[in-house]
Amino acid sequence: MSQTASPKSAESAADPGRIESAIQDWSSDQRAFKNVPWGKAMMWLFLLSDTFIFSIFLISYMTVRMSTKVAWPNTSQVFALEIGGVQFPLLLIAIMTFILISSSGTMAMAVKFGYSKNRKITAILMLVTALFGLSFVGMQAFEWTKLIHEGVRPWSNPFGAPQFGSIFFMITGFHGFHVSIGVIFLFIVARKVWRGDYDTGKRGFFTSRRGNYEHVEMMGLYWHFVDLVWVFIFAFFYLW
Amino acid sequence: MEQDQTHGQEHPISTYFWIWGLLFVLSAFSYMVDILGFESYTRWTLILVFMLSKAGLIVAIFMHMAWEKTAIIYAILLPTAFILVFVSLMMLEADNTHLVREIFFSSPL
Repeated sequence: MSQTASPKSAESAADPGRIESAIQDWSSDQRAFKNVPWGKAMMWLFLLSDTFIFSIFLISYMTVRMSTKVAWPNTSQVFALEIGGVQFPLLLIAIMTFILISSSGTMAMAVKFGYSKNRKITAILMLVTALFGLSFVGMQAFEWTKLIHEGVRPWSNPFGAPQFGSIFFMITGFHGFHVSIGVIFLFIVARKVWRGDYDTGKRGFFTSRRGNYEHVEMMGLYWHFVDLVWVFIFAFFYLW
Repeated sequence: MEQDQTHGQEHPISTYFWIWGLLFVLSAFSYMVDILGFESYTRWTLILVFMLSKAGLIVAIFMHMAWEKTAIIYAILLPTAFILVFVSLMMLEADNTHLVREIFFSSPL
């Protein structure tokens, strides 16, 4: 702050600006993602590839829906829930959305408490996140059961365009699979946090590597991504 | 902006509560789009606006992208942006298929 000698060069060295800093990092003939833990960079790249997978699903859905001559089923009615004789459009989907957002909130706080080495709160927040995730998968199972009972199949359905079923089962199924895997890993990482593995440097049962609290953040990245994908599914598949 | 990663991502808890609340409100808004029965371009614009703001908040704050190095931001967000090229290609393709079906399958089934 109080540097007086050659302020111009000091400034350009310390704060090269966003684009320049990216170019410097990429062209440095060293690791490109400086100060980013490798596990986190790899998690980001995995999420990028997962983004491609989900975008392919959503793009194929768009293509199918735009090119069909048969009317697309009205999702607002198909996913309505009847409570006490009153039809609530998309109610279950709305509840699932709020549950997933809440799980993202608890996960974000788990990451924060993980870095401040508060083991118990981190583990509890991760368990709460996992329970939210479990209830989400449970509601999805309920939704699938309901639709299958109503006669929705991957090749036909009573509501409209026959492609509706295959798109629905594929997209929500793949997303539900992601949530389920996330729940399993939430339990695993929460157990490690609770036991203090990241403080004692205990080696992992699978990789035999020592972990640290960055694992909580990587877990969080994956979990937020699951929430992020749901935002797009909710918008394009349920609301559009 | 770019903090030392050895200290990890530590931000005040109020930040997360704020974003959590905002996401709740935005989700409620996008649900209202269906309840209030907006149609056509109004509906699609509203859906996209709420969707993109929710996605932006999740990526920037919850996933800490706002505090990451520029190098990794570009590495992740630029390829994602290219998906839009794929989307526009498939829109052309779908329009074409639809047109062909209109011409050759004018009676349903």
